[in-house]
Amino acid sequence: MSEKAIVCKDLTKRFGDFVAVNHISFDVDQGEIFGFLGANGAGKTTAMRMLCGLSYPTSGEAAVAGYNVFKQQEEIKRNIGYMSQKFSLYETLTVKENIRFYGGVYGLSDKQLKEKGDELITKLGLEKEAKMMVGSLPLGWKQKLAFSVAIIHQPRIVFLDEPTGGVDPVTRRQFWDLIYDAAGSGITVFVTTHYMDEAEYCNRISVMVDGRIDALDTPANLKKQFDATSMNEVFYALARTAKRSAD
Amino acid sequence: MDTVILQHVSKSYVKEGPPALQDVSFSVKKGELFGLIGPDGAGKSTIFRILTTLLLSDKGSATVAGYDVVKNYHEIRSCVGYMPGKFSLYQDLTIEENLHFFATLFGTTVEANYALIKDIYEQIAPFKKRRAGKLSGGMKQKLALCCALIHRPEVLFLDEPTTGVDAVSRKEFWEMLQRLKAEGITIVVSTPYMDEASLCERIALIQTGQILSINTPANIIKAYPGKLYALMATKVHLLLKDTRQYAGINLCYAAGDKLHLSFKDDGKHHPAGLLSWLESKGQQGVRIEEITPDIEDCFIAKTSIHE
Repeated sequence: MSEKAIVCKDLTKRFGDFVAVNHISFDVDQGEIFGFLGANGAGKTTAMRMLCGLSYPTSGEAAVAGYNVFKQQEEIKRNIGYMSQKFSLYETLTVKENIRFYGGVYGLSDKQLKEKGDELITKLGLEKEAKMMVGSLPLGWKQKLAFSVAIIHQPRIVFLDEPTGGVDPVTRRQFWDLIYDAAGSGITVFVTTHYMDEAEYCNRISVMVDGRIDALDTPANLKKQFDATSMNEVFYALARTAKRSAD
Repeated sequence: MDTVILQHVSKSYVKEGPPALQDVSFSVKKGELFGLIGPDGAGKSTIFRILTTLLLSDKGSATVAGYDVVKNYHEIRSCVGYMPGKFSLYQDLTIEENLHFFATLFGTTVEANYALIKDIYEQIAPFKKRRAGKLSGGMKQKLALCCALIHRPEVLFLDEPTTGVDAVSRKEFWEMLQRLKAEGITIVVSTPYMDEASLCERIALIQTGQILSINTPANIIKAYPGKLYALMATKVHLLLKDTRQYAGINLCYAAGDKLHLSFKDDGKHHPAGLLSWLESKGQQGVRIEEITPDIEDCFIAKTSIHE
């Protein structure tokens, strides 16, 4: 197993004449919380889809959890977790059923499913809600559950696509407590967000502009580099250089 | 008379569990830019749907531009513009066709009110032959705003127009709203982003169907209970765990690269005590300073009291 969770060199994706992702290169350490920022249309989703084994790169190289994004897409899928704001859990299944379903998809045995499922419900304090439809839970609870389900198989990396959009400020912070716990247990966290205060919670951050990675460093160093007092200013300085329209 | 008035409005979608809205009252003055600030599930969309006559409340009454939302729904529909949270234009029509369709529906023409939408429309005009379903999020948002404005409404209702939009586009969107306000349009806008609250003249903080407070952003900040401090150290995450164990802490949470905290209101606890305690825990480079809260701090303080 390589030490790096993600190794990415000159990764590129073209759609016809359009270069959605343009020679991006970066490494992510095991157990690191890596913030993947960029304006709408900068190429984040396309890059993430390649790293999750859902889309073939046009050129370049990348290994995720030690597996090649061209040749070992299925191995990648088995070794990562994924959740997004838009789609996370089945609303018309109960809490328990969702855990069972995703645990099964991620390859857990019946015995593991039972143990992990109970452990997870206790950890999140959802004992009373275990048999309720997920659709009836408040968004913040849903997102905490979705995250816990996405790492139920203790993957090497979890990809989070705007996990906290619309979540209230108190629950948003509880969500980050879960992220820190996961990182502490050795899971690499790869996360996108539009909340710039959350960017500060990452170990390192990259900012995509027009398909390229135009900045990559710790939040503290980026603020120094751009002579800024907050990540909001750093983001603004970078994103306004974009030539491509948000789309 | 105020342009939008809600009085003791309640609404439940299900028989059991907490209602979507609980005794909500507020009013919006003519020409005001009023913000409904709260997370998902707070009841913001329910308020919009009641005010735009798309949903009946269980209790209470409401008027928009002097018209009752139940008796005069017809009049209201022709004098308000509404941009729902979910993109609701015709996906199979082009930008241009959608705009003409909505103008015709309201008995006007694109030309008659073009001046109002010009700044916004010019940004999407290069793609006017493209179908709405094929547009990016940012372009859809601009088209939806144009369609909501094409009949020059008296009141504009915008339900989470900036959700999922990046920081740069969000800033541009708020600049557009300031220009519309200057045209005399009353605007009610909702957002889950607390940092946008300061761009409104008055705001209502809302959570789980209840209004927590209504005031100008400056007055809400002024009314913050007690003192708020920012705490910094070399390793912030461990700092959070240690600080939360300190007996005198009322609230403590991460805020960017710092922690924000307040002390229990018993007169026994102070910054110097916390600092020496943290140093005894092995924390390095610890600094503390009193700060002015922002709207998010106020929201957290309000919701924590409710728990």
